[in-house]
Amino acid sequence: MTLKEIKELLQAEVIIGEERLDDEITFAGGSDLMSDVLAFGKPGILLLTGLSNAQSVRTANIIDAKAIVYVRGKKPDKMGIELAREIGIPLLSTKFMMYTACGLLFSHGLPGVSGLAYKK
Amino acid sequence: MSSDIEFSQKFEINGGDFSNAGRISTSIKEILKEIGIEPSIIIRASIASYEAEMNIVMYAQRGVLTLSITPEKLHLKLEDEGAGIENIEMAMKEGFSTATDEMREMGFGAGMGLPNIKKNADKFEISSIPNKGTTLDIIFCLNKKEKN
Repeated sequence: MTLKEIKELLQAEVIIGEERLDDEITFAGGSDLMSDVLAFGKPGILLLTGLSNAQSVRTANIIDAKAIVYVRGKKPDKMGIELAREIGIPLLSTKFMMYTACGLLFSHGLPGVSGLAYKK
Repeated sequence: MSSDIEFSQKFEINGGDFSNAGRISTSIKEILKEIGIEPSIIIRASIASYEAEMNIVMYAQRGVLTLSITPEKLHLKLEDEGAGIENIEMAMKEGFSTATDEMREMGFGAGMGLPNIKKNADKFEISSIPNKGTTLDIIFCLNKKEKN
C-alpha cells in the first residue's frame, strides 16, 4: 500500500512529505506509548500515534519508521515538524481515532508488525 | 583496555530538559551510521541510548553519556547525578514505574525503559546509589556474525 493510498483511506492531511507519497508501506503499528514503539517497532514501520510532541518524531527516527500518521486530528508541534523535515520523515494527520484508523488500514490489507521485538 | 579505543565522545544530558530529550541519541545514531556500524546494531544501540537518555532527563539532575567504540564493541556508559534507584530489581521489572504525569505525557514512564535497554544490549550492567546517582554500562558486540 502506498502512502498516497493510506492518505486517501484515512482522509488524511499531509503535514510534510508530499513528495514521498509514492513510498510503499508494508506494515504498521499504533501506540501512544513511545517505550512500546521502541520495543515493537521495526525498520520500515508506519507509526500511528496520538502523541504529538517531538518525541514521536525522535522515536520514529530511532526505529527507522517510514512515516507517522497522527490520529484524532492531532498535529505535531513546531519542533516535531522541523525535526521530521530534517530527517525526512513524512507526517500525516487523520481525524479518525486510533482504533478506526488502524482498523481501516488493517481491513484493507496492511498488516501489523510481526513478532514482538527487534531480532538480535 | 582503553588503549584500543577508536572513537570516544562524551555528551552532557540535562535533567528535566524535556523538549531536548532524545536529541543526543538522534546524534549518536547519525554518528554510528557515519562510522558504518551494522544497521541492526545501530537500531538496538539507538533504542538503548534513547531509553537511557530519557531516564536521565526524567529522573536525574544531570548526566553524561560516553560513547566509545573499539573494533570489538560499542559501549554506552551513562553516569548520572540524581535520586538513584532504591530497588534495582523492581526497576528492571516491566511495568514498574515511578513516573510523573509529565513524563507519561511525553510517551515515556511506563516502566519499559530499563527492560528495553537490557533486551537490546548484548551486555548490560546497572549500579545505583540512592540520592547519589545511577551508572549504566550498555555493551554491543561488533564482531558477531549477523543472525538471520
